Amino acid sequence: MVYFDNSATTKPYDEVVDIMRTMDKEFFGNPSSLHGLGVESERKINMARDTVAAILKIEPNELYFTGSGTEANNLAIKGYLKANQHSGKHIITTQIEHPSVIEVYKYLENNGYEVDYLKVDEGGAIDFSHYSQLIRESTALVSIIYVNSETGSIQDLERASHMLKMKNKKAKLHVDAVQAFGKMKLFPSKMGIDMLSISSHKIHGPKGVGGLYVSKGIRLAPIIHGGGQEYSLRSGTENVSGICGFAKACEMTYSKLSDNIKKVRVVNATLRQGIQEIDDSRVISPEGASPYILNAAFKNVKAEVLLHHMANEKIFISTGSACSSKKNIRSPILTAMGVEPNWIDGAVRFSFSHTNTIDEARVVVNKLKEIILKIRF
Amino acid sequence: MSDRLIYLDHAATTAVKPEVFEAMKPYFTELFGNPSSIYSLGRTAKKAISEAREKVAAALNADAKEIFFTGSGTEADNWAIKGVAYANRKKGKHIITTAIEHHAVLHTCEYLEKEGFEVTYLPVDENGLICTKRLEKAIRPDTILITIMLANNEIGTIQPIEEIGEIARQKGVIFHTDAVQAIGNVKIDVKSMNVDLLSLSAHKFYGPKGVGALYIRKGINITNLMHGGAQERKRRASTENVAGIVGLGKAIEIASNNIEQYNKKLLALSQKAIEEISEKIPYIKFNGHQKLRLPGTVNISFRFIEGESLLLMLDMKGILASSGSACTSGSLDPSHVLLAIGLPHEIAHGSLRISFGEESTEQDVSFLVEQLSLIVERLRGMSPLYEDFVKNEGRNLYV
Repeated sequence: MVYFDNSATTKPYDEVVDIMRTMDKEFFGNPSSLHGLGVESERKINMARDTVAAILKIEPNELYFTGSGTEANNLAIKGYLKANQHSGKHIITTQIEHPSVIEVYKYLENNGYEVDYLKVDEGGAIDFSHYSQLIRESTALVSIIYVNSETGSIQDLERASHMLKMKNKKAKLHVDAVQAFGKMKLFPSKMGIDMLSISSHKIHGPKGVGGLYVSKGIRLAPIIHGGGQEYSLRSGTENVSGICGFAKACEMTYSKLSDNIKKVRVVNATLRQGIQEIDDSRVISPEGASPYILNAAFKNVKAEVLLHHMANEKIFISTGSACSSKKNIRSPILTAMGVEPNWIDGAVRFSFSHTNTIDEARVVVNKLKEIILKIRF
Repeated sequence: MSDRLIYLDHAATTAVKPEVFEAMKPYFTELFGNPSSIYSLGRTAKKAISEAREKVAAALNADAKEIFFTGSGTEADNWAIKGVAYANRKKGKHIITTAIEHHAVLHTCEYLEKEGFEVTYLPVDENGLICTKRLEKAIRPDTILITIMLANNEIGTIQPIEEIGEIARQKGVIFHTDAVQAIGNVKIDVKSMNVDLLSLSAHKFYGPKGVGALYIRKGINITNLMHGGAQERKRRASTENVAGIVGLGKAIEIASNNIEQYNKKLLALSQKAIEEISEKIPYIKFNGHQKLRLPGTVNISFRFIEGESLLLMLDMKGILASSGSACTSGSLDPSHVLLAIGLPHEIAHGSLRISFGEESTEQDVSFLVEQLSLIVERLRGMSPLYEDFVKNEGRNLYV
């Protein structure tokens, strides 16, 4: 099997599974319980929070654990706007967000907010002159995806933050960093980011855990009320084993980050080169994209058909974000980048992990060549 | 220090059963796919979720299409209440609940009050039961939701859910029940109970933390809490916690297969505890209904005792219990449930919740009773109030 769909989800590290087993069996106390077992669970969560916070170079009390990256995005956007209703009814996001941001903005659009969707250029980078025009006095919040989930294009967030604050001091910048976290150094407070969402299962941690960085001093309203866990921002008995598994995955990933990136670059380059040898092919991911994602298109090929043939060979890739794998809808992200429909129809996403090898990339190239010959119309 | 832990806090949370973890494990390892992926690895994960959904449906006598997985019982409660409130706000803005709900329900209702909804908090009697006549009277033309918990997490009292469901159905009001404490202890049948929505949480019945479910009867009008991908049939966005969901399915299957045996065992332990504690320790009161109760939960108020001190001293002996619901035990206010059943503050403060479970034994009960009587005696010995009490009216028993 060759798994080149690591942006959809990743296989948890063995060490992560071991920790989760131990937690569920021995340290299973409810962190809100006053007895020793509860206190121990609380301590474990605090340690996990310290670990993740240290990696992001933020204060531990600026990090809130959630049930997913989607929940982190929902909490940041809805929670900020609910708690800061005086700050304006205008919000901005981009045309290339993940559904967990775009759907929230659409929901808000139906509930009294004015939404602008920022354009991107053919490399997937946000159009700063458009951005500059959009920011106004009543702009309360901007959400920008850091590393795009389909193409790997990376945004200049420092510039985005700077421009925002220059034109509107009060406006806040929220960043969906689900595809960036674990794959690059990420220091939100240094970059001028006010809120940042991350997810565990994209970096070899368990599913069902996410995190939200909220810069000190920013007030959010909860979207889940109850027992007051997570500094009253996210009620619900903490997923202790999941949170500890997440922290372990962060630690393991970041302790070898530069090695990981090197490995992934080699895999990416091998595949990229192989694809370029195929007639009527095109790499859609721009130069300077995250090495973890390679989007490529083949003319006169149906992406779904390619995907199935590859799957038959036990090679797993995708057509785009798993969350938006709806049939018969052309990728809004590639469309926003101006990719022509006939190319979009033949576009697939390869996404990597440091566990992938150069040999796997070679196998994939060979199979691609073989299959495309067969299925091209 | 005791050499072994006697865990008597199963109402707060439970350990994951080995067979539950075994069922989950493949989905952490070789079957790690994203259920939204269309190739085999994704389809396998999707199938596992469907099977878990069937198991939950079977345990509740619901249809699998009516089960939606969430990230916790609290999320399920929030979704049910806010979702129904917002979807039906044109019909009305009145919600009925009780004074003894879990904070996941109470604080959600309080939030909705700030959003312009009106909430009636039904009182309960000294046993923790609501009065169904009072409920009927509270229903107004603009009542859109009744949310009443099935079994109370602190005192264990079980409400007359069928009757409440019947009333709600007759009046055309949507009925949600928080069944987080009831699953595994009370046989659930959403059809005969006339329940429209029901919340549950895996970690209360030997499943993993971080996963819950909401039953939504077909045809109920409800808005989403979480927006994003099209997961859970477009009702709850987020990549599914596959292993967690599989764990929930396995745990609820085991729990419903063993419900009678489990109840019997817990009831015997509770009865033994109640008998022996009554025998050995004076000036106490057992809280909650004598019969209509969770079999494994015993709530006791000790006069002249501080609940927290009692808890810490038991902890030193390796006995882990609770002074109220775990979610509130960090606060210094006495339990809202104990106040609602009419206990004065000082008595409510001196309360202890013991909740038995799977691995509890008769020896645990004996050890508990022995330690409890020593500790209570010691703590009372330090209380000037108790000293005065014994001097002045030693023979008057506390009621």
